[in-house]
Amino acid sequence: MATENKDLDIKVEYLTRVEGHGNIVVNVKNGKIEKCEFHVVESPRLFEGMLRGRSIFEAQHITSRICGICSCGHSLASIQAAEDALGVVPTVQTVKLRKLLLDYEFLDSHILHFYLLAAPDILGAPSFVPLVETHNAMIRRALRMKKAANDVCDILVGRHVHPISAIVGGFTKLPRPKDLSAMLNILEGMKTDLADTLKLAASLKFPDFRRETEYVALVSDDGEYPLLAGDIGSTDGKRFKKADYKKATNEFIDPRSSAKFTKLSRDSFFVGALARFNLNYDKLHPEAKKVAESLDFKPVCHNPYLNTVAQVVEIVHCWHHAVELIKDLKKNGLDYEEEITVGLNEKGAIPVRAGSGVGSVEVPRGILHHHYETDAAGMIKRADCIIPTNQNINNIEYDFQKLLPEIITLPKDTIRLRLEMLVRAYDPCISCSAHYLDVKFVE
Amino acid sequence: MTKANVSTKPKVAFFDFACCEGCQLQVANLGEALLDILGAIDVVEFREVMSEKWDKDYDVAIIEGSITDHHAEERIKKIRARSKVLIAYGACASIGGVNGMKNSFALDEIRQSVYGKDYKLFDSTPTRAVGQVVKVDYTVNGCPIYPPELIEVIKCALRGLPYTVPDNPVCSECKLNENVCMYERGVACLGPWTKAGCNSWCVNNGNICYGCRGLVKHPASGAAEEVISKYNLKPELIKNKFDMYNKCGEADAALSAKGRK
Repeated sequence: MATENKDLDIKVEYLTRVEGHGNIVVNVKNGKIEKCEFHVVESPRLFEGMLRGRSIFEAQHITSRICGICSCGHSLASIQAAEDALGVVPTVQTVKLRKLLLDYEFLDSHILHFYLLAAPDILGAPSFVPLVETHNAMIRRALRMKKAANDVCDILVGRHVHPISAIVGGFTKLPRPKDLSAMLNILEGMKTDLADTLKLAASLKFPDFRRETEYVALVSDDGEYPLLAGDIGSTDGKRFKKADYKKATNEFIDPRSSAKFTKLSRDSFFVGALARFNLNYDKLHPEAKKVAESLDFKPVCHNPYLNTVAQVVEIVHCWHHAVELIKDLKKNGLDYEEEITVGLNEKGAIPVRAGSGVGSVEVPRGILHHHYETDAAGMIKRADCIIPTNQNINNIEYDFQKLLPEIITLPKDTIRLRLEMLVRAYDPCISCSAHYLDVKFVE
Repeated sequence: MTKANVSTKPKVAFFDFACCEGCQLQVANLGEALLDILGAIDVVEFREVMSEKWDKDYDVAIIEGSITDHHAEERIKKIRARSKVLIAYGACASIGGVNGMKNSFALDEIRQSVYGKDYKLFDSTPTRAVGQVVKVDYTVNGCPIYPPELIEVIKCALRGLPYTVPDNPVCSECKLNENVCMYERGVACLGPWTKAGCNSWCVNNGNICYGCRGLVKHPASGAAEEVISKYNLKPELIKNKFDMYNKCGEADAALSAKGRK
């Protein structure tokens, strides 16, 4: 079919197998792209507005409800912002346990995305449900691994969806030696399934597509793959302190679609597993690097579909990192005197002050910023949360613009699937849209 | 889904409105037990994990999230019209949940505070629980849901049996779990007024009860006054904590009072 007179009208309403509500709108007239957009249509929840007047000690509880999938990540970014505003410095033990929690979050989320949300596309199924019959062992493995990641989280913080014990100042409940052993046993029980996951990853064929863009993630000068701490860095050489997160995100309104976008050095940038892989490859656990090598997956990679492969590499990294952390905690023991009593600070244990604090944490979908300003009584006056998906929307659209002409001769259903897969590769988490912008439909 | 067309299994669909989708995730977190449930039903729509859509009636519709704009209101009414049984699950759907905190502010004011001068681009209505918009047959409380309870409710819904949420306060479970009372630790906790059924999940992990399962029908107000005076607490402190999850109940009461419900 000649492209010059091709008409195409694709409208995917409520894109499936992503978290939250998004639409894809593509319009081609006489072979010319008139519209190619990705809209976020989540109902506004106004979290930043709701936080006003609440105690800064409540922010973690409330903002972890921004997203069920990455609620541990939101908790950690929120706690970091609150502690920054209050001037609280967490203990070494607390930092270790928070890193462990983040490892669990990555395991849980990446396993969910790889197996249940992304793999069905490659295997030609509309969802994992038909795969229960055709790929039963694989689906059982996925659910088993997901449950294992979930179970370790339950032990550490009470539950994975909206963690209970991780709060400002530390943990209300610290893992006992038997809990450490239980977590270690669960993780070690995942070994065979992990090996099979890598075999599956090696067998999947991802679409070939390349667009150079800027990648943004936490960077640090120490040897550790930075997830909880570090500065904001980019593949174009930019580097900012967390307090300057606004310089790294530059939210702006584009009259083209009235959507709130972000950019840094170029038209758009990419956050997420692929950005972390591209920026911090050298700091990955040696076993994770081996996996990347075996998959012939190297930085800097410019194929957004391979974000899913970067997630697989991170599964291996986080698994090893978590096992080593637990072994370290088992060997050195925990100081249970550090267990703290919650109380929204009714007892005044942590002095409050007027202040401003920023938390920037890598969560499965990319870098997440929380920023709170408080009054002298520790009540929130202003809150700002910039979620990873918000930062990626602009980049997804630029990918669309480059991809569509390359695949325009393919059948409409294939084009639709390629576009959907592209959005899903970013593992978007739209319900996080604490503030998204958009939305005008052009029918 | 050609298989679904010939199967006589109940057709079950999951839908999400304004929420964090954590309750759906709790379903995925059932692990391989999920496959047993899938063996007994046909899941015909579940947007977060499935691309399939269904164009006939639903035997059971399971609804997550609260109703916060006009589009959502129309959508839930359409879903209700096509569903034999409707289950509201999670705090957002059952009592409005944290989304209800929005109702503590004048609507246009909070919209402006987040979106600035362009706030009118984004439709927004006062937050309502699903049951404040359409009839709800079963409720699963909690933020997030307690998975064993969801399974119980689905079993009852499929058999047409009633499910009654025990009307005890969280303290009744907390005592059995031998936790030290948070009040004894110097902290106000909403356990005395909140519906049990979560096995005092948060207090077991060293936190307070935040009231995510909604109020018991007949809270022991005398005992409440005693707790407040014994521990020298300000009633506003308790009220403020309740507003985190239970603000929508007030909207309901206000609407009823105006006869507009």
